[in-house]
Amino acid sequence: MSVFIIRRLLQSVVVIWVMSLLVFGGVYLIGDPIDMLINPEADQEDIDAAIRALGLDKPIHEQYWFFLINALKGDLGSSFIFNEPALQLILARMPATMELAFASLFISIFFGIPLGMWAGLHPESIAGRSIMTGSILGFSLPSFWVGIMFIMFFAVILGVLPSGGRAETTEFLGMQVSFLSWDGLSHILLPAVNLALFKLSLVIRLSRAGTQEVIHQDYIKFARAKGVSEKRVILVHVLKNILIPVVTILGLEFGSVIAFAVVTETVFAWPGMGKLIIESIDQLDRPVIVAYLMIIVFMFIVINLVVDILYSVLDPRVRLQDVKA
Amino acid sequence: MTATISETLVDPTGKPADLSPFQRFVSDFCESKVAVAGAIGVLIVALIAVFAPWISPTNPYDLATVDIMDSRLAPGKQMMSGVTAVVGTDGMGRDMLSSMFYGLRISLTVGAMSGFIALMVGVCVGLTAAYFGGRVDTLIMRVVDLQLSFPAILIALVLLATLGKGVDKIIIALIVVQWAYFARTVRGTALVERRKEYIEAAACLALSHRRIVFKHLLPNCLPPLIVVGTVQIANAISLEATLSFLGIGLPVTEPSLGLLISNGFEYMLSGKYWISIYPGIVLLFTIVSINLVGDRLRDVLNPRLER
Repeated sequence: MSVFIIRRLLQSVVVIWVMSLLVFGGVYLIGDPIDMLINPEADQEDIDAAIRALGLDKPIHEQYWFFLINALKGDLGSSFIFNEPALQLILARMPATMELAFASLFISIFFGIPLGMWAGLHPESIAGRSIMTGSILGFSLPSFWVGIMFIMFFAVILGVLPSGGRAETTEFLGMQVSFLSWDGLSHILLPAVNLALFKLSLVIRLSRAGTQEVIHQDYIKFARAKGVSEKRVILVHVLKNILIPVVTILGLEFGSVIAFAVVTETVFAWPGMGKLIIESIDQLDRPVIVAYLMIIVFMFIVINLVVDILYSVLDPRVRLQDVKA
Repeated sequence: MTATISETLVDPTGKPADLSPFQRFVSDFCESKVAVAGAIGVLIVALIAVFAPWISPTNPYDLATVDIMDSRLAPGKQMMSGVTAVVGTDGMGRDMLSSMFYGLRISLTVGAMSGFIALMVGVCVGLTAAYFGGRVDTLIMRVVDLQLSFPAILIALVLLATLGKGVDKIIIALIVVQWAYFARTVRGTALVERRKEYIEAAACLALSHRRIVFKHLLPNCLPPLIVVGTVQIANAISLEATLSFLGIGLPVTEPSLGLLISNGFEYMLSGKYWISIYPGIVLLFTIVSINLVGDRLRDVLNPRLER
């Protein structure tokens, strides 16, 4: 077990290192680093000073070393626009994104599993077919377009929900959250549903396939033969068995929810990390871009690592195979 | 081998046995009405894209004919030039119908080109991995797995943040995003095909690696590639639209459907819905049509479902 974890940890370190090379290469080598990292409104004297301060007059391998050491210290540069450390800027926006991501995961699970099970139990019924057609739409429609339609319908035509933004936050268990008030809920509803659509379709598909597989198993027949009520068969015997793959895959997909939040946050003007990165790209605020990319890559690697380890705990075959290889 | 015997003995679909593989494929495909509708949709969209300059009522890029007085006209109103704006005009006074035709052209070009180049790259890499195996295979597949563990939009974001805007740049970004899907698909099929007798026979004839890979192995890996290719073109169009909507894709001078939607978004809250909605419908129509065709191709070309 520990061999497996150490191997995975080493791999993750290698991946982070490769990504740091790529991000460094992308930002420092492709464009002109002086343009990118120094405020263009500075005068020549300041530019020269900044070049020396940033070490841009040094050879390239020393520059990379400088970047790496600073990154390890948690210093990813300061934003041009806000004049604050980029890392802090992003961390300040993180709770909003997390709130949105968890809200949409919640929606995917609590609507996706029942809908998928229904479609699996009644595959030929009209409801079952409509659920599956709906999930195909959820996969193929671009989410920004669905978001616009939501705004159009619920905010412009019906006028029942706000078109964007986040409500006042309140403190809850030491975090700033907005979903505790009625106003907060009405603000988060549309973006959360929008962000959830893709995952919802995925969960529907997974639970439908799972249900159809499980329902023919002997233990289900046995439970029915034993006289267990149909409600109990479905809610206990079927549900428990489809839950494991669904939850595992959702865990893996959590990172992509955060990545896709970029789109939803832009459509609904949700003040999270995703909106920040788009604004930073627009304004060429390079330190923030670099910091965002490094943070999100790091998050992804941590998620993948945790899922891998959990997997190996649940399924010993995975780690045995890996140790042999 | 068994498949050909059973096919010649009994044809369960009851179709005449003298159909060529292509005719059989077409008749299989047409069994689904939805898929035929999708194919017709794709054809319409492609024709509009190709003939955009000839069928558009106005040229939206010709600054001489664009009049700012025409801006934000509702659908059906007449523009200063006398042309009726069937689906309205945008914030700069351009006829939306013409803009959409030209936008469709850019969206389809970007989608198809990036899909095609990604297919080429993916096929070469995937075939190399499958044919040579061993360390080459391990190395290539590690890279593929690593890339596929990140969502496409994130990779595109990283690339466009460093490269900047432009048609060439977004095509590069889409190729980088997509090649891994093709590589994985072709490797999977090629690994199975490689163990078959005809490859062994070709190797025994001392044919060159290149010839075996491209003349013997590749044609037999095509069916799943066609399916993935179709779906990837739809995905590429959708991703391009998303990136352009976010303002990090195409420059304003080359408005794709995504950019048109983005331009109209700011007017939508004031009730001028048409600037955003109609390009959106065209985008949706395109993506859904391609996906319907792809879905049917998956069923028709899947040997496991052969009836």
